[in-house]
Amino acid sequence: MKGIIYIALGIIFGIGLSKAEIISWYRIYEMFRFDSFHMYGVIGSAVILGIIGIALMKKLKLKDIHGEEIKFPQKDFSIVRYVVGGIFFGLGWALVGACPGPMFILIGHGYWSIFIVIAGALLGTLIYGVLRPKLKH
Amino acid sequence: MSEFIFGPWPWFIAGPLIAVTMLVFLWIGKRFGVSSNLRTLCAMGGAGAMADFFKFDWRSQTWNLLFVAGSIIGGYLAAFHLSDGSEVQLASDTVVALERLGFQDTGSAFLPDELFGLESGLSLKAILILLLGGVLVGFGARYAGGCTSGHAISGLSELQLPSLLAVVGFFIGGLTMVYGIMPLIF
Repeated sequence: MKGIIYIALGIIFGIGLSKAEIISWYRIYEMFRFDSFHMYGVIGSAVILGIIGIALMKKLKLKDIHGEEIKFPQKDFSIVRYVVGGIFFGLGWALVGACPGPMFILIGHGYWSIFIVIAGALLGTLIYGVLRPKLKH
Repeated sequence: MSEFIFGPWPWFIAGPLIAVTMLVFLWIGKRFGVSSNLRTLCAMGGAGAMADFFKFDWRSQTWNLLFVAGSIIGGYLAAFHLSDGSEVQLASDTVVALERLGFQDTGSAFLPDELFGLESGLSLKAILILLLGGVLVGFGARYAGGCTSGHAISGLSELQLPSLLAVVGFFIGGLTMVYGIMPLIF
C-alpha cells in the first residue's frame, strides 16, 4: 500500500508532462533552436519554485515523514564528469527528443517505437557501468 | 473548465507541477530523478555479472520503478482520456527549419513519423538513430550522474554547481546535434 504514493506521483507527472507537450520530440527541437519560450517557462518556473521550496525546507529545518531532517549533500565537484557526461546526454536528448522521464510516459501514448530508444538507453547505461573504472570522473 | 483540461496546458501549470512533484519526493524522504531507473533495470536484468556498478540491492529502488509505472499510466490517461487531439502548435521558424530537413506534417502528433512512425515500417536508418540516441542518453545520464529531472530540476533547485555544469553540457550537446549533426543526417 505504501507504494500508492509513488504511483500517484507518477500519474500526476505523466499527465502534466503530456498535457504540456514536454514529451513531444518537436518541443525539444524547438527548445534547442530557442524559437519558443514554452520549455524555458516549464523548466524555469519549476526551478524557481524549487529553489524557494528547498530554501524554505532548509530554513525551517523541515523533517520528512519519517521524522528525519531533510538533507541536501553537496555533489562532488568535477568538470569533466558533468560537462562531458552532459554533452553525451544533450546529443541524445536532441536526437530522439526525449529524456528518460518522457521515454517512459510515451509508452502510455502507444508510441511503440519508443521501446527502441529505451533499449538504447539501457544499453548506454550498461556501457557506462562497464567502462566506469576507465572513465575520468 | 473542460476546454482547459482537454486542451494543451501552458508552461505555468506544468512547471509548478514538476516542482511540487520534486518537493513531495523530498518530503517523503526520496530524491526525484528518473534516469537511475535505467541502472536499476540493468541490475534487475543481471548486469551485476558484467560490472560492479550494477551490484546493489535493486529492490531498494522499487519506489522509483513504481513512479515510472505511474508515469506510464499518466501518459495513457492524458493521451486517451484527457485530450482533444489538438496539434502541437510550434513556432513558425521551427516548422520552416523542420521542413527544410524533410519533416512533413510537423506537430500533427507528438513524435515525427519520419523517425517513429510504424505504419510504413521503420527504416533501418530510423532504427539506428533511435538506438544511438538512446545509447547517448543512457550513457550521458549515468556519466553526468543525472538527467533533466535529477540535474536540471532537483540539482538546480538545490543550487548545486555540478548540476549547472551538467545543464551547460546538455545544451552544448543539444545545440551541436540540432545545428551541426541533424542537417547532415536528415
